[in-house]
Amino acid sequence: MPVLEVDNITKLYGESVAVDTLSFTIDQGETYGLLGPNGAGKTTAISMIVGVLDRDAGQVRVGGRPHSPADRRSKALIGYVPQDLALYHDISARENLRFFTKLYGMSRAAAAREIERVLEAVGLADRADDAVRTYSGGMARRLNIAIGLLHRPKLLILDEPTVGVDPQSRNAILASVRELAGEGVAILYTTHYMEEAERLCDRIGILDGGRLRAEGTRRELVGLVGEHDQVVFKVEGDPAHAVPVLEAAPGVGRVQRVEGEDGEVVAFVADARAAMTELMAAVAAGGVAVRSVEVREPDLEAVFLHLTGRALRD
Amino acid sequence: MRAALTILLKDLRQQFRDTTLLTFGLALPLGLAFLLTLTLGGNEKQQFIGRYAVAGGAAFTEQVLRPMAERGYITLRELPGWDAGAALVDKGEVDAVFVVPPDGRTGTLEVIGNVDAAIAVDVARGLAQSYATELRTTGLAVAVAMQGRDADAGELARLAQAAPTPVALDTSTPVLRKQLDPATYHAAGMAVFFLFFGAVVSAAGIFAERAGGTLVRLIAAPIPRWSIVAGKSVGGVVTGIVTMTVLIATSGLLLGARWGDPLGVAALVAATVLAVCGITTVVASFARTAEQASNWVSIVATVLGVFGGALFPIAQVGLLPYLGYVTPHRWFLSGLAELAGGGTASAVVSPVLVLLAIAVVTGGVAVHRSGRMLRVTGGVA
Ligand SMILES: Nc1ncnc2c1ncn2[C@@H]1O[C@H](COP(=O)(O)OP(=O)(O)O)[C@@H](O)[C@H]1O
Ligand SMILES: [Mg+2]
Repeated sequence: MPVLEVDNITKLYGESVAVDTLSFTIDQGETYGLLGPNGAGKTTAISMIVGVLDRDAGQVRVGGRPHSPADRRSKALIGYVPQDLALYHDISARENLRFFTKLYGMSRAAAAREIERVLEAVGLADRADDAVRTYSGGMARRLNIAIGLLHRPKLLILDEPTVGVDPQSRNAILASVRELAGEGVAILYTTHYMEEAERLCDRIGILDGGRLRAEGTRRELVGLVGEHDQVVFKVEGDPAHAVPVLEAAPGVGRVQRVEGEDGEVVAFVADARAAMTELMAAVAAGGVAVRSVEVREPDLEAVFLHLTGRALRD
Repeated sequence: MRAALTILLKDLRQQFRDTTLLTFGLALPLGLAFLLTLTLGGNEKQQFIGRYAVAGGAAFTEQVLRPMAERGYITLRELPGWDAGAALVDKGEVDAVFVVPPDGRTGTLEVIGNVDAAIAVDVARGLAQSYATELRTTGLAVAVAMQGRDADAGELARLAQAAPTPVALDTSTPVLRKQLDPATYHAAGMAVFFLFFGAVVSAAGIFAERAGGTLVRLIAAPIPRWSIVAGKSVGGVVTGIVTMTVLIATSGLLLGARWGDPLGVAALVAATVLAVCGITTVVASFARTAEQASNWVSIVATVLGVFGGALFPIAQVGLLPYLGYVTPHRWFLSGLAELAGGGTASAVVSPVLVLLAIAVVTGGVAVHRSGRMLRVTGGVA
């Protein structure tokens, strides 16, 4: 049974549709990414799913229960990390955390234990008693996430948690998300960073203009585009010599000399990993001297461009 | 309920950390009350001269009033009867008239006071009361009434004690307006005036949560929505009562304010805080940001403060006294005047009821509008 079922949720702001009949599901232990540029409707969608924003249409089920802003039992299953920092700056990290353990009705003992656990997990244990006001941007982001983890949710929802974060904090955040997924937590993760979605998510939904344009694993999405892996050969001597050799190799769709690049030839194949052994055998047999080989897989950037006709980041 | 309490305690902790509450709740009202007492009510250094008249009652006149007149504390005229006295008060020629029962022992001792001569009437009432009530209390009342007025309080007390015959004091005479002494008046006025500024911190707390991004977390938490609003409102009431209590205590010690029956004062304070919180919450519910809310509340606080006579006494000017009836200030101050005039808690039942009515009406409107305050659309970007 999926932990989260989103069924045709819709939000209108006047005439404009911020989220348009969005549907998807997330299973236990699965990390689902909503990938889309700024203004795509990620935050609006998440706000409706969490229940802080009223839906104009559609249903949300959490843990099999219909989820509504008034349903405290399904709310308790969700850990929510808003895009904007949601912290009290005048009090310490520990006081922030203690406040939320009370709102989630945790016992004193459980609260003490979980506070230490999440402080450790986000690497704030040594600054826990300092006022949040004195934190760096990255530290505040990590505390923002820690609050969402406090009550050990079944479903963790993170809205662009790495925006404006230093690389170290970003890596720490991604690592802890992966660890939680390993523990069986279902994760909904929004981002406009293609690399994050690729690194982190089991499945990705591509959101643009409030609509889900495509959905699937990275490979499935790339497959949609009909594009192939590229195996890039740098060769000694005249690259023209390598072209017919590669064209004759099994599994190769098309071969192209790269304009301007010195001695580069690109073979398009369905699956570079599967084709690699035969390709290498073919060039060896054809007498082509190879200086280096590089595999380039088409990325989500290309998928987004293909689906919307626009670049993901502009 | 637990969630509301959790939110309330968090708010109190935050407000204590930043100094707004201390500034608006305590330092400013006390400071301004002190300044106003010095400038407006500053006749402490002169010798007290009350212009009194008396009708009837040889014992009271001879034992209490005559010795005071001889020492130059008061001027004294003797009149044939009640009517002449009332006329003199109306014309402003005397500050107060004592109407003593014919035999000077049993019956009703009346004080007719001039509303423009608060202190003189205060003292007159003190004298009449000390004469009327029993030995031990008389000494205290006169001593308190004369404090800081350069009079020999001990001597007055002794004079008053000389004729301890129990006579009832009639305070229902229409010409007599009960008034507060300047220190109490200004401290009370300032306290209510600044109560609004403390209350708006709590009422606008929802906006602060929204602007700080934390409102979504509160709404996402498994707590009923009303508990968020309840936490904020109760926070306003609690901080209001605490600051008022501290103000009353400190102004009593530092400014010599005299507040009267503690139970009555407590009832007035509680009802006033509730009314002010209700008004503030309604005003705030129309705002979009915390800043807008405090601006609007400042305006409302000032207007109500002027009409309610909290900033300076305006009771005698044109239509203003009638406008004053819709302000909590006026009811609070008149309730306090009752208490200062020696009334007990039962004397303030009607001001307390009016204040509670204001609280109930505004509270109802605030609850009705709380849904709007909790909407987060403005904060989603
Ligand atoms: N309160 C609002 N009123 C009107 N339009 C809004 C509001 N909030 C968001 N929008 C619009 O809805 C669209 C989606 O916004 P958002 O969900 O914040 O996108 P994302 O999180 O993907 O950047 C945007 O076009 C945005 O301008
Ligand atoms: Mg967003």
